[in-house]
Amino acid sequence: MSTTTLEAVTRGRVRRSRRRQAVLTAFCVAAATMVVVSLMAGRTFYPPGDVLRVVLGETVPGASFAVGELRLPRTVLALLTGVCFGMGGVTFQTMMRNPLASPDIIGISSAASAAAAFAIIVLGLGEAGVSVFAIVAALGVAVVIYVLSFKDGVAGTRLVLIGIGIAAMLHSATSYILNQAGQWDLQAATRWLNGSLNGSTWDESVPVLIALVVFGPVLLGQARGLTMLQLGDDTAAALGTRLELTRLVSIVSAVGLIAFATSATGPIAFVAFLAGPIAARLVGPGGSLLVPSGLVGALLVLVADFLGQFAFGTRFPVGVITGVLGAPYLIYLLVRSNRAGGSL
Amino acid sequence: MTTDHRLTAEKLTVGYGERVVIESLDLLVPPGRITAIVGANACGKSTLLRAMSRLLAPRTGHVLLDGREVHRMPAKELARTLGLLPQSPIAPEGITVADLVGRGRHPHQRILSRWSSDDDRAVAAALDATHTVDLADRSVDELSGGQRQRVWIAMALAQQTELLLLDEPTTFLDVSHQVEVLDLLTDLNTDRGTTIVMVLHDLNMAARYADHLIALAGGGLHAAGAPAEVLTEDCVRAVFGLDSQVIPDPISGKPLMLPIGRHHVRSAVR
Repeated sequence: MSTTTLEAVTRGRVRRSRRRQAVLTAFCVAAATMVVVSLMAGRTFYPPGDVLRVVLGETVPGASFAVGELRLPRTVLALLTGVCFGMGGVTFQTMMRNPLASPDIIGISSAASAAAAFAIIVLGLGEAGVSVFAIVAALGVAVVIYVLSFKDGVAGTRLVLIGIGIAAMLHSATSYILNQAGQWDLQAATRWLNGSLNGSTWDESVPVLIALVVFGPVLLGQARGLTMLQLGDDTAAALGTRLELTRLVSIVSAVGLIAFATSATGPIAFVAFLAGPIAARLVGPGGSLLVPSGLVGALLVLVADFLGQFAFGTRFPVGVITGVLGAPYLIYLLVRSNRAGGSL
Repeated sequence: MTTDHRLTAEKLTVGYGERVVIESLDLLVPPGRITAIVGANACGKSTLLRAMSRLLAPRTGHVLLDGREVHRMPAKELARTLGLLPQSPIAPEGITVADLVGRGRHPHQRILSRWSSDDDRAVAAALDATHTVDLADRSVDELSGGQRQRVWIAMALAQQTELLLLDEPTTFLDVSHQVEVLDLLTDLNTDRGTTIVMVLHDLNMAARYADHLIALAGGGLHAAGAPAEVLTEDCVRAVFGLDSQVIPDPISGKPLMLPIGRHHVRSAVR
């Protein structure tokens, strides 16, 4: 080996890793900015000083309620669910080597949503019960999709098509539940069909935070294995990746993140689907996309919720905004995948 | 690098689903040599390679590396000794050559370990050996077929295994690139002592480049040995069902097989 080659290799690697660090830092700064903006801006504007005092627990007339009780829980929930959707989504997309295999396209979010709606509206369960219900249903549907699409291994396209069908079924099940319960009000409907942060309280953030603390690190432990799966099963195995173990642990943790987030806010449309591809474009190929996608997911939810609340004459739930953003990309992918098998 | 790893198969039976592809096969890969596996389409060449590298579990029998059962060895430990380049590996969209070659370092890395200078050195050596240094910052998507194949071999080299299995490394390459890839593998074998096992379609290329030829037929071993012993007219008839004439290759002195079809055959030969 020549020393010039070694220098070139090292230089190239350092350059790529610097770029990645720079983009990740930019994501963090943008997310932090959005958090601050979401806390300050609203029907009444509160200066940063007031916001900081509320966050530190002081009582500020007016701000304590508007910021402390309304904006802070909502912003925190937006941040947490955004990270969950982003990480969960890109896990599936990476594993299946197909951006269409996102949990919100293939019915896993729909399963969590239908189960959560059923648990809350029909059974009247509390937060913990709802989360358990959602994760069991989401895992069950993940297994069903996997089994139905299994034939000499799981082919990406078959899994996506079966998943889309199952998502449609679950979507109508959710509508039916909302209808039957006689609670077809706009609030519940938008939440369980599109996802919404309206009326967020701390009670909803707690299970999502726990899910992130439990499943997040487990999933990050699979980061390298997931990037190996991108090379195809045979190559990944030949390089010492334990395929089944990597898949099992990744699926369970990703479904956990998606299910807990969904049971809090409903399936915020297309966040899981969009975060990975956006992150991949911005950080460049090569490394793991888990952390970048989590950050992009958080940004998407924060920005979309802010736009939905204040950019238009009427207030739109966050899921409507992300839905409008995501649909064109979905159409683009469907058109493209007709010509060639898509990948991230 | 010394290579005395012994890779053997004992009474190996493998298959997919109901179908048995290879039955009760005994095999020894000569250490430090180049072995080519040849045979008709669908005779189980790739299946054999997959079974030898633990991608496919045997129904019965064993694949042994230095006497240890390959399918029981820890995945990463095996991957530090035995590498496999599958027939159609997938390059993630947009990945650079250097990053892809770096993936070959996976078995040498722990979950939380950072990229080391050893990793850089292995990647640099692999790029040098495959003459892909100039491509290092390019995206794999934009490479030609021959360049891409060299990059994949570079990834397998970065794995630094003493045994390297390759499934049809020359398929889809034009003749100059085929020769380039086979020359490269021969360099590896002579310079580093890497044991090479490859599935090849082209009998004449196999006979020229391999020290040891394994001919498969009917789910079992038909013949194994030096090309001059294995590549005979009888063998070609038995393995491929084809009449042929085998003459000494004027370039290499190895056997050269000339097929005899129904047309374009001079009457003197008939």
